[in-house]
Amino acid sequence: MKQLITEIASNKEMTGGFYRMRLKSAYLAGKSLPGQFIEVRCSDGYDTLLRRPFGVHRVVKGGIEILYEVVGRGTDLLSRKKIGDSLDVIGPLGRGFKLAPAKGAAIIVAGGNGVAPLLALVERLVHGKRKNIFVLIGAKNKNHILCRDEFKKLGAKVMISTEDGSDGRRGLITNCLSSLLSTMDCGPSTIYACGPAGMLKVVANIASREHIPCQVSLEERMACGVGVCLGCPVKIKTKHKIRATKYELRNTSYEYKMVCKDGPVFNAEEIAW
Amino acid sequence: MVDLSVNIGQLKLKNPVMAASGTFGPEYRELIDINSLGAIILKTVTLNERSGNPPPRVAETESGMLNSIGLENKGFADFAKNKISKLRGIKIPVIASIAGDNEKEYGMLAAKMDRLGPKIDAIEINLSCPNVRHGRREGLIAQDEAATRQVLRAARRSTRLPLIAKLAPNVTNITNIAVAAAKGGADAVLVSNTFQAMAVDIETRMPKLGNITGGLSGPAIKPVVLKMVWDLYNSIDLPIIGCGGIMDYKDAAEFMICGASAIQVGTATFANPRAATDIVKSLKGYMTKNGYKKLNEFTGKLKTGAL
Repeated sequence: MKQLITEIASNKEMTGGFYRMRLKSAYLAGKSLPGQFIEVRCSDGYDTLLRRPFGVHRVVKGGIEILYEVVGRGTDLLSRKKIGDSLDVIGPLGRGFKLAPAKGAAIIVAGGNGVAPLLALVERLVHGKRKNIFVLIGAKNKNHILCRDEFKKLGAKVMISTEDGSDGRRGLITNCLSSLLSTMDCGPSTIYACGPAGMLKVVANIASREHIPCQVSLEERMACGVGVCLGCPVKIKTKHKIRATKYELRNTSYEYKMVCKDGPVFNAEEIAW
Repeated sequence: MVDLSVNIGQLKLKNPVMAASGTFGPEYRELIDINSLGAIILKTVTLNERSGNPPPRVAETESGMLNSIGLENKGFADFAKNKISKLRGIKIPVIASIAGDNEKEYGMLAAKMDRLGPKIDAIEINLSCPNVRHGRREGLIAQDEAATRQVLRAARRSTRLPLIAKLAPNVTNITNIAVAAAKGGADAVLVSNTFQAMAVDIETRMPKLGNITGGLSGPAIKPVVLKMVWDLYNSIDLPIIGCGGIMDYKDAAEFMICGASAIQVGTATFANPRAATDIVKSLKGYMTKNGYKKLNEFTGKLKTGAL
């Protein structure tokens, strides 16, 4: 990881409130792995104080891209940045996706802006000659469906669902996942998912029931981004004993790990949902 | 050449800029030259493991942040076994931070830190974490003069290492608590820990922290802490370490003019990991520009005559 002042190469609205920003940095292009993230300083003053974490959306020649949704002050400030502006970032951070061997299918499940790190992943899978890539994209409505064309261009089979039925199948993307799995017969698969916590939990349940390895990329509020402040915990299953007092060892069902340093990608079965 | 060195009791620092507990660790080695700082304070250690508070543990507020980490740490045994070895290559003073439920635990921890020998150069006594309860006690140790004195005394009896008492800002009279710390044997007081605080999401009506309340830090608290430093400078003889929303050398200089012998940088590091090391460099520039050769030429030298 490095702290870098990068130059913004582009910053365009993709669809209502979702933006894609390209940063020039040969270092980040060379070092970033799918699933890793960068910490972005959205304002030089105290307008926003803490950095905002964004998953690496795509690795391009001489730089990387992030995809973000304007949800608060930090992302609002980011959306106003112009081409040529500089941006202070730290990265790449965290542990990314583990690429399973190139046999069987790769099933990608994206909810809302959870698409962001999954495009980088699919590009890497395709680069590694992975066949049978299924991308399931779920969103509120048709305006929130992101990156459909990019995934198609990469040769993935794309399935869409929207909560209001304005595009693809009506309902939740996890229903699509269940139906896909019931019709599939291409051997061992891996599921990679990113999206709202509720969606990830259902995906993890399905994966566990079907005995399919599943990796999820988590989101949590962060301060430092490097494992120092212990501000972004996730409950991990454990049989670890806590020494509560000198005389008492207490069994615990979970321990905290940090999304920024131990993740943001975890094996779904590790997490105490 | 300007001289930035300062002594806090027996603790000799090459410059007055320290990295605050819980905001800094050897992880930053990749981003900055840690050895250019005055000292680093490690994350608070307790006797036994603590799992910390449920998420969310951090939230941003106007010019500040809330945290409710809850002193997550794996306990002293793990600290001695696994944390100390990660400090290899750090040549500046390393200050351990300890917290316990009662004076006995503080005494035990101080003794254990003492036995780590030359690896630990001083101990910060955390009397003021707003996110944990000290045993059955209502309120913080640093809100109780007698408890503050007893805890410092217990630590003092266990070690000859310099002791820094980390005080709470949520008190009626900071001087009384600082005097109690001094009577107990503190070598310096650190003002201050975070302010007890909270924030709410009005749509969900949920608190923004999993622990409901937490501690406020950042630029929002700076003027309030600055006034406490000034009050203490006028009422006690111990060295004062200022900590609260210091983002750049100007904030650092302001604290020092009001009487802080040294300062700590915490929240600023999250915004910019180079904040503390930048302060060291810029402080030199500030001194050169103003013709100061030593820190004591402006430390505590607030001009209070007719304006």
